[in-house]
Order: sequence, then C-alpha cells, then structure tokens
Amino acid sequence: MKPASRAGAWLAIALGSLYFLLPLIATFEFSLRMRRESYSLEAYRVVLTDPGFQSAFGYSILMALLTVITSIVLVVPTACWIELRLPRMRPVIEFITLLPLVIPAIIIVFGYLRLYNSSSWLPLTGNERATDLLLICSYVTLSLPYMYRSVHSGLRAIDVRTLTEASESLGAGWFTTLAHVIAPALKSAILSGSFLTFAVVIGEFTMASLLNRPAFGPYLQLIGANRAYEPSALAVIAFLVTWASMGLIQVVSRNAAGAGAKRRLPGA
Amino acid sequence: MAFLDIAHVGKTFGAASVVNDVNLAIEKGEFVTLLGPSGCGKTTLLRMIAGFESASSGSIHIDGHDVTLQRARQRRVGMVFQSYALFPTMTVADNIAYGLKIAREPKSAIAERVEQMMKLIRLSQHAQHYPWQLSGGQQQRVALARALASSPRLLLLDEPLSALDAKIRVALRDEIRALQRKLGITTLFVTHDQEEALSLSDRVVVMNEGRIEQVGTPFEIYNFPRTRFVASFVGTLNILNSRVLDEASGLVEVDGQTVTVARLRRSGHGERTLALRPEAVVLESPLAGRNSLMATIEEVNFLGSVVRLRARLQETVLSFDIFNDPGQTLPQRGSRVALGFSHDNLLELEAS
Repeated sequence: MKPASRAGAWLAIALGSLYFLLPLIATFEFSLRMRRESYSLEAYRVVLTDPGFQSAFGYSILMALLTVITSIVLVVPTACWIELRLPRMRPVIEFITLLPLVIPAIIIVFGYLRLYNSSSWLPLTGNERATDLLLICSYVTLSLPYMYRSVHSGLRAIDVRTLTEASESLGAGWFTTLAHVIAPALKSAILSGSFLTFAVVIGEFTMASLLNRPAFGPYLQLIGANRAYEPSALAVIAFLVTWASMGLIQVVSRNAAGAGAKRRLPGA
Repeated sequence: MAFLDIAHVGKTFGAASVVNDVNLAIEKGEFVTLLGPSGCGKTTLLRMIAGFESASSGSIHIDGHDVTLQRARQRRVGMVFQSYALFPTMTVADNIAYGLKIAREPKSAIAERVEQMMKLIRLSQHAQHYPWQLSGGQQQRVALARALASSPRLLLLDEPLSALDAKIRVALRDEIRALQRKLGITTLFVTHDQEEALSLSDRVVVMNEGRIEQVGTPFEIYNFPRTRFVASFVGTLNILNSRVLDEASGLVEVDGQTVTVARLRRSGHGERTLALRPEAVVLESPLAGRNSLMATIEEVNFLGSVVRLRARLQETVLSFDIFNDPGQTLPQRGSRVALGFSHDNLLELEAS
C-alpha cells in the first residue's frame, strides 16, 4: 500500500513538473536559437540593446516602484486602523481588497475610462502625467489583495494593540507609534507585499495597453506580434524578474522567521 | 483628595456593565492590588486609569488633576503588560529610551537615565540585545524599566507575572516590590492570584462582578473577609449556613449541632452565613470554652507535610488540614470524629 501510494505521488509530481517546466524549457531553448549554426544569447543581446525595451522596462520599473510606495502608504495605516479601532469593518475591507482578484482588469480599466475620460468632471486621460497617475492608481487596486494580505498577516503575528498601548502610555502619538513601532515590526510583511506587487505590475498588460502607456507589457505584446526569437527572450526575462521577486520574499520571510526561532538565551 | 482618586467610576460596553460605581482612594507611595477572578472588571478599571478605555461615568484624579478625559499619552502613567509588549525591532536600551526620546530629553540625559535603569534591573550587559534574545523574566524586567524610565506619576501592572514560570514569578514578584519601595512610586497591580496579592500589597482590593467587595490590608482580607465572595476567593474557607438560637450568647445551630460565635455582626434571628478557616480546625475531644462538631470523615489526602481532610456534618462539608506526624495514625474514611475550634474562628459574613 505504502510504496504504491508513494509512487503515485512521485508520478503526480513528475507530471506537474513536466506541465510547468516543459514550456519554459522550450521557450528558453528557442530563445537561444537566433543564430542558425549554434546556441547563442544573440536574442538577448538584441532585446537588451533595443532602446524600445530599455524605455519600456524602465517605465514599468518606475511605475512599479511608485505603485509599491503608494500602496504601502495606503494599506499599512488602513490595516492598522482596522485592526485597532474598527475590527468590525475587517470583513468589509477584506471583501473590498479581494475584489480585484474577481473583477477582470479590463472591466476596471473601462470603468476608469468612463469616469476619467477627457469629457468627464475629472479628466485624467487628457495628458500623459495624469494618465500615469491613473495607471498607478489602477496598479494599486490590482495589487491590493497581495499587499493587504501580507500586511494583515504581519499585523496578526505581532500584538499591535498592546504595542500601540505601550507606545501611547510612553507618550507617543498615533503617527510616532506607526512610524517607529509598527512599521519596523511589519518590515518583512511590507517587503513581501512590495515584491509581490512589483512582480504583478512589471509585466501587466491590460491596464497599460488600454490606457495607452509605453509599459513593458504592451512592448512584450508588440515584439511578440512582429519578431520570432526576441519574444522568447523577453518571456524568459520577465520570468526571471518574477522569480527574483519571489526569491526575495523567501529571503525576507526566512529572516523574520529566523529571528523568532532563535528565541531565548540561557539565564533568566 | 488622595493621590489617585477614583470616584463613582463605571464602564458599560453596550448593555453590559463591566465596572460598577467604583470608589477607591490610593495614597502616594502605596502598593495596591486589584484582586478578582477573570471578568470581574479589574483589568478594565486599570485600563481606564491608564487611559486605554474611557470611563462611562465618574471621574479619575491623579495628583489632584482630573485625567478622566485625557488621552493615555498625556497621563504620565507607566504601564506593564502581561505580554511584555516590548518593541520587537528595538534593543533593550532603545526600548528603555523610547519614552525619554518622545519627551525630547537631551541625548546625554537619556543615555544616563537608560544606564541607570539597566543597572536597576541588572541587565546592563544586555543593552544591545533584542527582546527575542531575552528570557520571559528578563523581558518583563525591561518592560518595567521602560515604564519607569520617564518617571511616571503612577505605575500600573496588568498581570505582569502570569506568563512566567513559577520560580521566576516569585523572584520577579519580590524584585518588583523591592523596586517599588526603592523608588516610592504609587503602584496599582492587577492579578487573579491571591498569593501574589497577599504577599505584595500594602492594601488589597477584592473585586467581583464589576464591584469592590472589600478593601483592606492582606491581613484583614485573609483573616476577616466581609462577604461570602471574599471568603471563598481568598484562601479556601469553609462556609457554614447557620440559624441563630440565642443572640446574646452567640449560640447558633449548624446542621442540628450548636456552636458559639464570638461576635455576631447583626442583631435579630434567622439565617446567618459563617466562615471557618481550614487551619483553625483541629481533631480534639470536646473542650469547655471551645466549639466542637461531630462529623464523618469523607476524604483523606496525604500531601506530605500536611494532610488535608474533608468531613461532613449533614449538609455542611468542612475541609481542614493537620500537620503530618509519623507518630500518629490518620483517621479512616467513614470514621466519626470531633472537630474543635475557638469561638473567635467563626466569622459572620455579610448577607449576599
């Protein structure tokens, strides 16, 4: 019974791995075949030296960083406030933060276009900077589930209420407590949320494309429609960025766990 | 007005009344304990004094100032929590310095004060350690130093020892008391542990269901409980339901047998609740001038240095302890014995 079920488990793992890895390996292999005679990184050289790639990738990184900053500023105080003062609102906020997972991006962006088009009461699509702002807002919405989830679980792990009270009884106001006590204690949770947000935003296509902004996602699509080997190279690059973000989350959360695991020195 | 003056303070959460018309006056330098079972309102009362909860009614004065409507951060009250609540990303020294930094004390003064506090709690060598590197007892000492560093007017301790091991609990208990005496700081300590309350305090406030049952020195609370609740919560008191036979001589009837009560509190006939400490009861044949009750032994528990016995009259069950003595034979279960105690040992409790 035992060996049979173990063999079944390994079979499932093998099939799963093939399902996920085969396309990746194939894409990678294909991206190396730009030169007929041998494997080379020619496709990567072409892509990386393309000014279009540089500007699109740079633009997406900038948007991602601004999104991360905005969502930290928005989510951290909100989550603390909910935890401390309005625990009854928690289910409502959780519902709201999960909505972007359920509502397709295209619906959100169409909503934006209806609300903020150039003939509306707040025309944000009229010039590029305003559209960038709209794009950042839409990215903040899109990444809300990830940022809120990780901050919320971070808050759960520390006793915010008592820490806040301790800080208050020592004379600190709300902002001081947030900046000096709670935010540092949430550092690893905030970083995890940030990397996730970064990974989600860097390759996002729908929002950027429909708002007509020169981001990495639309560039990927454009190259994909016109070239043979470069899209594969770009896909591998996009995967690497995502994996780097995931790896950093692991590093950050392992450090936090390590601090907890090393508890207690000898002596009372 | 007393240093800490609590007048008619009440707290309601929705329809539930958690603290009910509490009046308490605490003098400067006193160590007072709020003692009671969980849910009796002692922690809520403490949190209202700290400013974490607002009082639904009544007023709180500290050192002559009305603080009822002040925020916690304005009250200059030091607080120590059961869970230590040390700031996890700060070192021991930074934790202690936190309140002083917020008060914008000069850097040199902060360094000096932190140094002094760490010496006081004997953790100078751990100045650069983080809370997670310390044991529970050490963490609580840091929390104590942090609360005391900015010289608060009042020190509040919310079950600070409950999360610690038994041995460390006793050691830290003595340390808290010694520190409090040294600094002369007015202290309010919340606990559900009667031993802690009796051993630490100048005065004990026994609370039940949001009300104060009795305020007194540990000696008074233990020896002269006023209500049935205090009697049963502090120590293991035997409760006897009795009926007055002769008011002048204090003769009462318990389960068909008569005993004498030295002092009856109230006049008139009828039912009275009496309390009897287990340590007052001895096995002895009836003696003139002492009470004697015939009872049947129900249970014999050999605990080592003492033997705890349980005996039944009819309805009434009495627990009492005798010292272990290898030379004596223990009474058997089911045997009839005579239990003796003095007239003074029977305490009449207030009707509840």
